[in-house]
Amino acid sequence: MERLEQLLVKDVSHSFGFKEILKNINFELKKGQVVSIVGPSGGGKTTLLHLCAKLLSLEEGQIQNSFKSSAFAFQEARLLPWKNVLDNICLGLLAKGIKKDKAKELAKQIALKFGLEEEDLSKFPKDLSGGMKQRVSFARALVVKPSLLFLDEPFSALDIGLKKELQNLLMQTIKEEQLSILFITHDLMEAIKLSDEILVLKAEPLGHIVKSFKFDKKRELRDDSFVYEQTAKLLKDDYIINTFELEFK
Amino acid sequence: MKFILKLIKDFPSYIWSGWGSLASIFLFLALWDFGNQLYGNLVLPNPKETISTLIAIILEQETATNIIITIKRAFIGFFISLIFGSFLGLLAGLFVTASMMSRPIVTILVGMPPIAWIVLAMIWFGMSDMTVIFTVVIASFPIVFIGALQGTRTLEGNLKEMADSFNLPFKMKILDLYFPHIFSYVFPAWISALGMSWKIVVMAELLSSNEGIGASLAIARSQLDTATALALVLIMIGSLLLIEYLILEPIKREVEQWRD
Repeated sequence: MERLEQLLVKDVSHSFGFKEILKNINFELKKGQVVSIVGPSGGGKTTLLHLCAKLLSLEEGQIQNSFKSSAFAFQEARLLPWKNVLDNICLGLLAKGIKKDKAKELAKQIALKFGLEEEDLSKFPKDLSGGMKQRVSFARALVVKPSLLFLDEPFSALDIGLKKELQNLLMQTIKEEQLSILFITHDLMEAIKLSDEILVLKAEPLGHIVKSFKFDKKRELRDDSFVYEQTAKLLKDDYIINTFELEFK
Repeated sequence: MKFILKLIKDFPSYIWSGWGSLASIFLFLALWDFGNQLYGNLVLPNPKETISTLIAIILEQETATNIIITIKRAFIGFFISLIFGSFLGLLAGLFVTASMMSRPIVTILVGMPPIAWIVLAMIWFGMSDMTVIFTVVIASFPIVFIGALQGTRTLEGNLKEMADSFNLPFKMKILDLYFPHIFSYVFPAWISALGMSWKIVVMAELLSSNEGIGASLAIARSQLDTATALALVLIMIGSLLLIEYLILEPIKREVEQWRD
């Protein structure tokens, strides 16, 4: 029997020195699901994501990650400046021990799928626009065929068109390969478009989850009007108002 | 291997880009000749005379020996600083305390005029090869050291995090992350250190040795032989230009393609 793939976060607290950042965080992420964590900047979202991705060591609580593999896409592209596009995409594949020729082949396929041109492949990151860099970053994360993807506000610096394009590619991958995503963002509309569940992380006094919203409608059926409607609904929610300090005084 | 092939392939276009520099050299020669017409042969022999003296000296057996001696000393000194400077700089960069402690020492080394070192070295080692090599090492070491130190200290946390998120094995981290970054700092430092070694070696020889280009320069000075002195200067500049533009610059262009 195939082992159940899931991410289970239980009673997680974290502090940097004496400053407590997160308190009693609980949630779970199942195979093929997208869970978003929304909240204002500085609320410990990134810390939580780094804990889940094991980029930080856990202090209190439990995080059980039984996903077979994972990858990370950061807010900035974080490409190696001395490697060209193709070699940057290959990075994760080579780390898994895949042969160089095979890795380049796979990297090329996914690069073209992500809207890069053949001539871009030999360029260095300095010659790419911000949007192109982010495409490369996504390609690098998805080429390893992760079953869990961590996203740290990767869309926040992109224009609307590119945002939509990358989101569509992600949705396609979720559907075809049962990709699971843990997504942090401060953009409610983005979260509503992609997520099965949205967790609201309030920063004050400590980072804790105040509410969760679930969305059952199929992702590909969520059109703009659905997103606007839901966003408007959420923006009237007291918890959201409190968390983002929306009340106008 | 692929790298060397690419280096050779790009070489002609690199040479072709040299026309601009050639024009400026000719302009310089013209100004030089103008100076000669103003001040006469004793102060500034004309380029033609200097070059014919240059050819005459180069053809002498003794000059070749002197050049080789000087190059040998410069390179021994340079390689000692390269090895120790890079190694100690890396090490110091890895530990905050070490890099803090090394700063004042480096400041002293950089700030102390080489001429003072020559005097000390002459007292310690007498008129030997050691004096010259020691001075070269002491003058070029801090340049390499600082380059390596900065390279290690400026490693980016963001890229390290990215490397961790992809579980890069240790070997890949070293080869793909740390090495290229540090190298981009150390390599320019090596080039400056080489230039420095070349200047210092001649100065040290002039004051403390009986052989080498510097020593020949000292003799030319005592005989008030301006043409020979200028010819020797040309040899020094020419050899530095050859090393810099035929060897180092093409390598630098290839390895630093990714830079802005």
